[in-house]
Amino acid sequence: MGLALFLVVGCLVFIVGTIVWKGLPALKLSMIFQTPKGGFYLGKEGGILNAILGSLALAGGATLLALLVSLPIVLYLNVYTGRRSRTAGFIRFSFDVLWGVPSIVYGAFGFLLMVFIGLRTSLLAGILTVALLELPIMSRAMDEVVRLVPRDLTDAAYSLGATRLETAFRVVVRQTLPGILTAVLIAFGRGIGDAASVLFTAGFTDRVPTSLLQPAATLPLAIFFQLGTPFAEVRERAYASAAVLTVLILAISLISRAAVRKYSRHTIR
Amino acid sequence: MEGFRTHISIQNLNVNHGSRRILKDITLDIPDRRITVIVGPSGCGKTTLLKSLNRLLDPSEGLRVHGRILVDGENIYSPDVEVTHIRRKMGLLSQKPQVLPMSIFDNVAFAPRIHGLREKKTLARTVEHYLKLAGLWEEVKDRLATPASELSVGQQQRLCLARGLAAEPGIILGDEPTSALDPQSSKHVEQRLIDLKSDYTVVVVTHILRQAKRIADYIVFLYLGEVVEHGPAEKVFERPRDPRTRAYLTGEIS
Repeated sequence: MGLALFLVVGCLVFIVGTIVWKGLPALKLSMIFQTPKGGFYLGKEGGILNAILGSLALAGGATLLALLVSLPIVLYLNVYTGRRSRTAGFIRFSFDVLWGVPSIVYGAFGFLLMVFIGLRTSLLAGILTVALLELPIMSRAMDEVVRLVPRDLTDAAYSLGATRLETAFRVVVRQTLPGILTAVLIAFGRGIGDAASVLFTAGFTDRVPTSLLQPAATLPLAIFFQLGTPFAEVRERAYASAAVLTVLILAISLISRAAVRKYSRHTIR
Repeated sequence: MEGFRTHISIQNLNVNHGSRRILKDITLDIPDRRITVIVGPSGCGKTTLLKSLNRLLDPSEGLRVHGRILVDGENIYSPDVEVTHIRRKMGLLSQKPQVLPMSIFDNVAFAPRIHGLREKKTLARTVEHYLKLAGLWEEVKDRLATPASELSVGQQQRLCLARGLAAEPGIILGDEPTSALDPQSSKHVEQRLIDLKSDYTVVVVTHILRQAKRIADYIVFLYLGEVVEHGPAEKVFERPRDPRTRAYLTGEIS
């Protein structure tokens, strides 16, 4: 127990510590509130606002899209099909396989898809690809909580004359809202932190994206490009960017915890 | 059936789970506006019988139902009958009260809302009416917006009663509705059921014989999936015809 705690907390402290330690000298307000100026990647003026906003837009859009697809799937699996349904078992198995597919494969697949439908590297293409990446993660995480809804609770709704649809959205979703939120945020965290899937699909740009059809910068790629330069001050900025990404994810989990607490008032235990 | 009008007529009901027969050829008339109590040792199929009245037996779990159940003369297992329409006719109290994950008010308003009632004042009046009918109004009138899960278990069961009544059923089904409650709350729920029988047909499953004696007008004794004996309560309790009923009443089988 003590060892496990030490390993987990130790890892966290070590990673965050390193990033902050190495990135702190470069972490200025201009870093967060400016887009790259000419020569930014050679150590000149500018910031990573393009990547921060790009990442938020991309992960936000992808998470929304994944939610719109996965919530109905999960409700279907649990409310419409029986507990021993083979189809449901097969769908769950497929999600497990998809979960294990490396994100570069999603990137390559997304790229192929783009070529096929004639889409350029753009925010939209990135959103589609990352949504695909997030879908199995979100669905499986949601499925785990929705599965735990007691049979008696759904029976109570049915016995009041509710249809399956009404039971799903008015009772099951309400009961599992905290778990659904958690699933959404796990997926969001995974989406915002992924570099490989957006490499070919969202591209990279120094401007803040204003349309779905423009390319968009993302934090993981900003880190990647900055780390790959021979200039020490630019590499320092890579760590600063990593710190920004970490803080962003941390902030989102804190907000989500507060939200979960607020929405779990009605949950039946 | 002497002196009773039939409300629910069960005809040759068989329920199988794979090759196991849970209910065997049950034919039974349940009287209108009376309390019918189904007694029997645990595992005899009481709950299955109750759930079959409400079509809550899930065919995807391997349960097969054969036979007919007529409610108000309509066979609820006929393929063209809509299941939500059947379930609306019956309010269900489960062993452990299952409140819905929402406020006290929303629990009672659940059925009226899904059946199309939107008008706020009417909803408020409806909720008040049914909470009063379930004997809960005085205790909760000042905190209708709090989560239903914060009520005590006894209050939750009465909330479930109010919620079921708000669906305007003609029948109340109770699956050992007092088994999770303390004696005081149990008495409260029993009294409610007795008060309600002037307007509703009540069917209660219990394994507590004393409870059956307190509330039953009509008794059904179920043993190993078969109806061994049924009849007016005083008759069955005083002069049981079947030796198995006698053994159960004296506590030899339980």
